[in-house]
Amino acid sequence: MKGWQQYWRQFSLFALLALVLTGCGKDELSALKPSGPVAAMQFDLMKLSSAIMIGVFIVVMTIFTYVLIRYRKRPGQQGIPKQVEGNHALEILWTVIPFLLLIIMAIPTVTTGFALHKEYPKEEAVQVKVTAHQFWWEFEYPDLGVATAQDLVLPVGKKVQFVLSASDVKHAFWIPALGGKIDTNPGQENKMWLQADKTGIYYGKCAELCGASHALMDFKVEVMEQADFDTWVANMKGVQAKEPATATSPLAAEGQQIFDKSCLGCHAVAGKGGKMGPNLTNFADRERVAGIKAHTPQNIAEWLKDPQKMKPGNKMPNLNLDDNQVKALVEYMGTLSVSEKK
Amino acid sequence: MSAHASHAPNRSGLWDYLTTVDHKKIAILYLIAGGIFFLAGGLEALLIRLQLMYPEIELVGAKTFNELITMHGTTMIFLAVMPVIFALMNAIVPLQIGARDVAFPFVNALGFWLFFFGGVLLNTSWFLGGAPDAGWTSYTTLALNQYSGIGVDFYVLGLQIAGLGTLIGGINFLVTIINMRAPGMTFMRMPMFTWSSFITSGLILFAFPAITVGLVLLMFDRLFGGNFFNPDAGGNVVIWEHLFWIFGHPEVYILILPAFGIISEVVSTFSRKRLFGYSSMVFATALIGFLGFMVWAHHMFTTGLGAIANTLFGLATMLIAVPTGIKIFNWLLTMWGGQIRFPTANLFAVGFIPTFTIGGMTGVMLAVPPADYQYHDSYFVVAHFHYVIVGGLVFGLFAGLYYWWPKMFGKMLNETIGKWNFWTFFIGFHLTFFPQHFLGLMGMPRRVFTYLKDQNLDMGNFISTIGAFGMTIGTILFLINVVVAAKSSKRAPADPWDGRSLEWAIPSPPPEYNFVQTPLVRGLDALWVEKMAGNKGMTPAEPIGDIHMPSPSFLPFLMSLGLFVAGYGFIYHNYVVVVIGLLFTLGCMFTRSVKDDPGYHIHEDELEEKGVKA
Repeated sequence: MKGWQQYWRQFSLFALLALVLTGCGKDELSALKPSGPVAAMQFDLMKLSSAIMIGVFIVVMTIFTYVLIRYRKRPGQQGIPKQVEGNHALEILWTVIPFLLLIIMAIPTVTTGFALHKEYPKEEAVQVKVTAHQFWWEFEYPDLGVATAQDLVLPVGKKVQFVLSASDVKHAFWIPALGGKIDTNPGQENKMWLQADKTGIYYGKCAELCGASHALMDFKVEVMEQADFDTWVANMKGVQAKEPATATSPLAAEGQQIFDKSCLGCHAVAGKGGKMGPNLTNFADRERVAGIKAHTPQNIAEWLKDPQKMKPGNKMPNLNLDDNQVKALVEYMGTLSVSEKK
Repeated sequence: MSAHASHAPNRSGLWDYLTTVDHKKIAILYLIAGGIFFLAGGLEALLIRLQLMYPEIELVGAKTFNELITMHGTTMIFLAVMPVIFALMNAIVPLQIGARDVAFPFVNALGFWLFFFGGVLLNTSWFLGGAPDAGWTSYTTLALNQYSGIGVDFYVLGLQIAGLGTLIGGINFLVTIINMRAPGMTFMRMPMFTWSSFITSGLILFAFPAITVGLVLLMFDRLFGGNFFNPDAGGNVVIWEHLFWIFGHPEVYILILPAFGIISEVVSTFSRKRLFGYSSMVFATALIGFLGFMVWAHHMFTTGLGAIANTLFGLATMLIAVPTGIKIFNWLLTMWGGQIRFPTANLFAVGFIPTFTIGGMTGVMLAVPPADYQYHDSYFVVAHFHYVIVGGLVFGLFAGLYYWWPKMFGKMLNETIGKWNFWTFFIGFHLTFFPQHFLGLMGMPRRVFTYLKDQNLDMGNFISTIGAFGMTIGTILFLINVVVAAKSSKRAPADPWDGRSLEWAIPSPPPEYNFVQTPLVRGLDALWVEKMAGNKGMTPAEPIGDIHMPSPSFLPFLMSLGLFVAGYGFIYHNYVVVVIGLLFTLGCMFTRSVKDDPGYHIHEDELEEKGVKA
């Protein structure tokens, strides 16, 4: 191999690195753009460990490049190179130095590790119970007495203590911009705390293979000011305390009839209905349909006509609704809101 | 001696290969079978990458995609790289230690056929109701009946049969290396490839029973209504993860250690220098093997084991960087002061060093549990283990194949095609997997069949898929090279690379008895020692005499066939078939036990007729 090929290879590697690093992904999704203390601590550890490792890589590559250029066989070279047995000093050196580097990494690893596993009581943190299902997320706020699905609503700047489990198979709960993931094990409970320091919408994912629609098991995290969060909780509670509101338009009323007959068995609205499927109390406030598609009447209609098409393998049966019924249902579901903004 | 037959049974062609107990032919069988499964796994990989080339495209669909990733992982780990390693171990280890054969030739053949039939059973799932789709790790509860199809039954049965083959293969190599070394071949004179094969065999001995236990429990859950892993009935889902990774982590070292051995051989030969720090290399290999058993829970940092367990397993994992670092620096210093040549074998070995270093580095990064909460199950992990397994192991295997091909087949692989093979594969590899580090950190989970348009994941995935084409071209070039070599009439010399270890002391390909006279080993790099002393070949340790050989046998094939049939019986709950299959296997075992087969002798005069001298 000629020398220039070495340089070329490294150049292309670094060019690629630069290229990719200039775009670190979307603010709402990327672990490289931390938006809370947990993600920030993890990002610090990533930076420390990659800095040490890149240092090691540079040393290895320097020796590597030098050796390949300097000691390649030249035409007409005679004689046999000295058969070196080893060198104790050198071998001890490259045993001890990595050891020291590991100790530098080990100390923050231990302290951060324990910091991330702290458990916060309800006086210090919002408590959220997460239950993962194929292929949707259920969020309960036991102390606040409200429950929601798919869109997790959190107050800004406050610790959130999660207690996580799954109803069917193992999933993993991951909001990259806020912090690393933890598995939701059926039959067991895991705990984790997170905190969001900026308001906005974050993307959450399921990270553990959980069946056909694993890739589509997204959710949204809506982080709002404490006052807005309190209002949201009050509204949710208000709605959940009473019967579902009577529909305002004739079409919505028709939709409500269909809903009460066909959907309440599985879906809860305003404290009424089953828990098989996602709670739809604040459906109209959601960011996404099925966690993935834009929240438009067309997408809701598409879902209702054939739930398996958008998310293969999910548990919702095809209700064989005709176009009018779908239209009525979409109209009714558009009224399922607890926020005053709408 | 009079009871022994005096002539080799006259067999040829396919019948020869179906009944052979010769380790060199078994090596070729492993290579062919592994090669076929490698192509199947590669095709699956290409489909995966095509599906992910653009966001939200529908090429294969969600269910098929999960089948593809499951079969890609399972095939590559169990059915592709594992047999190619076994191919090289079978072809080379007995030669490197100056042995005429392995310790248990019959068991060696049985090991191959069990592996082969297990692999075939697993792959027939594509045509018999769907491939397994719960990931190559088959995490419960997803892998239980309630949540996945019949494919997982194929996984459970196929891997049990194939795993048996691997286990007895490993035991065979342990015994061979302990017992069959030529006079003078002390442990500390064994070539590094033999050393790494030895440690790998030890790992197989301890790791495979763990997966077998796991698979048996899963089989009871799936077939007989057991509840080991069913939380609704008091089972525990995390136990499967422990059992799987107590096997699964050492498995990574079972795979990579032989590659380390190959790199040590190749780098030293093509630098014309003895391996720098041989004894520290041996020590590092053993230490990596030992630590490999201590760190399985680092695959489970997000499972919820708690801060103490995570921290301990994290720190233990970091420790592996130390012996691995020793190896990297020893290789660099082996080349230091040498006369480095760059035939394809050494290109792969040299390409291995930076690539594997990156894989090792990301491995240390993954060993930091709090940071791993971000990496885990993301594309960062996908990038990491492909840097280790492709960038490390597959590069190592290519190096080994180019290096030992002349010894195995008596033909040289073409160097020009080889160099194209290396560069397309090398560049394709980095294009494929380097961007995946960033995809993971940017929020892409692994095992997703699609990703949404508005998440900035498009470019990385597109580059990655382009890279996969490069690796495909590289693989095709290798296949072309094999055909070109097979058609060439030029025979490879006994020692084409100016080699250092014993396998280069005998003709290419070696005769069925390997060494006419067992060689006397007088130091590390036994052949090099003789060359430096001005000798033409090895000094024999015994006079020329009759050579005792084991008889070929069809029984290993039949025994495995019986288990193969029984496997289908289990999958389809047809217990008549199970009984027939198992009885057939037991019958073969009985026949083997009662039939007196003392083997045969190759006579001294036949040796001389062939004109082969040690």
